[in-house]
Amino acid sequence: MARFLSPALCVLWLTLAATAQDNIKIGEYASLTGKEAAYGDTSHKGTLLAIEELNARGGLLGKKLELLTEDNQSKQGESATVVKKLISRDHVIAVLGEVASIRSLEAAPIIQNARIPMVTPSSVNSKITEIGDYIFRVCFVDAFQGQVLAKFVGTTLKVKRVAILTSVSNAYSVGMTKIFETRFRADGGLIVAEQKYAEGDKDFRAQLTAIKASGAEAIFASGYYTEAALICKQARALGLAVPIFGGDGWDAPPLLEIGGAAMEGTYFSTHYSPDNPSPAVQNFNQRYQARWGTRPDAWAALGYDSAMVLADAIWRAGTTAPAAIRDALATTKDFCAVTGAITMDSQRNASKSAVILTIKNGKYKFVSAVAP
Amino acid sequence: MIEFFQQLLNGLSLGAIFALIALGYTMVYGVLRFINFAHSDVFMVGAYAGYYLGRFIPEHTIWGGLAALAVAMTVCAILGVIIERLAYRPLRSAPTLNVLITAIGVSLLLQNLGQFLFGATPRPFPELFPVTLFIFHGIYISSNQLVVIGVTLALLFALRFIVLRTKIGTAMRAVSQNPKAASLVGINNDLVISFTFALGSALAAAGGMLYALNYPSIDPLMGVLPGLKAFVAAVLGGIGNIPGAALGGLLLGVVETFVNGSKNWSTYKDAIAFALLILMLLFRPAGLLGSFTKEKV
Repeated sequence: MARFLSPALCVLWLTLAATAQDNIKIGEYASLTGKEAAYGDTSHKGTLLAIEELNARGGLLGKKLELLTEDNQSKQGESATVVKKLISRDHVIAVLGEVASIRSLEAAPIIQNARIPMVTPSSVNSKITEIGDYIFRVCFVDAFQGQVLAKFVGTTLKVKRVAILTSVSNAYSVGMTKIFETRFRADGGLIVAEQKYAEGDKDFRAQLTAIKASGAEAIFASGYYTEAALICKQARALGLAVPIFGGDGWDAPPLLEIGGAAMEGTYFSTHYSPDNPSPAVQNFNQRYQARWGTRPDAWAALGYDSAMVLADAIWRAGTTAPAAIRDALATTKDFCAVTGAITMDSQRNASKSAVILTIKNGKYKFVSAVAP
Repeated sequence: MIEFFQQLLNGLSLGAIFALIALGYTMVYGVLRFINFAHSDVFMVGAYAGYYLGRFIPEHTIWGGLAALAVAMTVCAILGVIIERLAYRPLRSAPTLNVLITAIGVSLLLQNLGQFLFGATPRPFPELFPVTLFIFHGIYISSNQLVVIGVTLALLFALRFIVLRTKIGTAMRAVSQNPKAASLVGINNDLVISFTFALGSALAAAGGMLYALNYPSIDPLMGVLPGLKAFVAAVLGGIGNIPGAALGGLLLGVVETFVNGSKNWSTYKDAIAFALLILMLLFRPAGLLGSFTKEKV
């Protein structure tokens, strides 16, 4: 039986190998299911749209691009597994991902060791690109975002006493809190309460009651959208009417679905607003809407940009050798992306502007844009 | 002072849910002497039943909310009976350890089936009951918190009535004391055990729905942590003891809330819950209200 099967298998393997050689393989790890699926889903759709557009234009270096996507189920430990698989079994030449900082931090050392370039679309934690010279990002870092928020709260909201709610098991949230705190204190602000929770917690009434007693004039919820929505809901139910604000971790549709009316008058900073009148943004909105039937959010735009920046580097390198692509990525300069011009600095971070949005009548509303 | 009473109220409404789940653990343990680890996932199914029923009933009405609660409890009661019939009854004569491991298997099966059927993405839970906010001397009380405490109290008394005053309740206590003797006097043990599972699972469903009403984001793994906490509560109060489970649940909810609201200890709240369990097992293994039954020879 085995002898009978093996020639057939050989032929199959050869055809697979032959087709595989024709394509440029790019890996992607994303949270397509699980707790942070709202990020992973739109980010993946943006990335896929970019790959499809590139292939429609004839691909790169005379070859088609092939996107190999792996789902990490928003779970710890899964990113390492799927990235190892992408590298050792699928032999990808570059990896795109993730949105959540904690999962980018998990995969980046493995990718760095394999000497393959990684471009994270939207992880802002500063430590990620410090892991090594093969790790890049196309978004701003948390240091910048924390600074923007501290300034916004101090000068626009005119608030002096802020309480902070941090998710201690979330690298993104811990990083944001640290930077915001330093900046806000340096600007003369006062942190009146520092409360903590863990990812997956649903009851924040205890922390919010303590915050209420502290007399805070605003609350910084530095975690992700699921918790942020529940925090706002429970804060309003406890009679806490002060503004609540957060970072780009808030930017996902479930924020409004879960939070509902409690989200009115809250603020968050993010990478991109679909209401931006710039032609690059409006053009992208149309193409994304035509392909997926929904309006893009920040993750979709950044997912798209991560693939485009990588494609640009492959094209400039003129080869698919990972080391050459890395060098080309490092010299990315004034690349016209949907989320703004991208120039890689010496730390492999893109320096870009941030926008601040508020929620009014159940819709996002543009407040201001802050340049770096 | 206002902060203290607000925290106490927060703790009681959280503890009431732990108490509801703990009752299910304790009842099954009382009758069968094993921990039904799938209980926390029946809790999750209860929340999802409420989620889907929410589409068919008008939102923000008391009758709609109670109807959804009743249907969710019925669905889970049936699920509980099915689980018992398929997974536990064939192992009735096997060692307890085998049944325990099967229970863990059923728990994993329900979690993964949930992820397969409902998707792993968290979903917003509808507001089934009308929502109003009461302010009493500076203490904020949401109607959902009152619903939780009210439903828990009502179910607790209903359960006490069933166990102490009805024929099937008497049979349950008889099976719990001595299954062989119970069957000798003509009690149908299988029926009593099925009934116990139905009752326990219905309570879990109520707990799941009330939990989702207060924390309106549900996912297939939502039962894991509350389930563990409720297990701690059941042991704290004395496993097998119904008032003990309720007391343990309330106690745990209050302790957890005060730890959570404290300045420096909030990250240790789960550690403190389980440290309580260890201390209780070390110094009073029978729990707060439990009593040792000496093995008779």
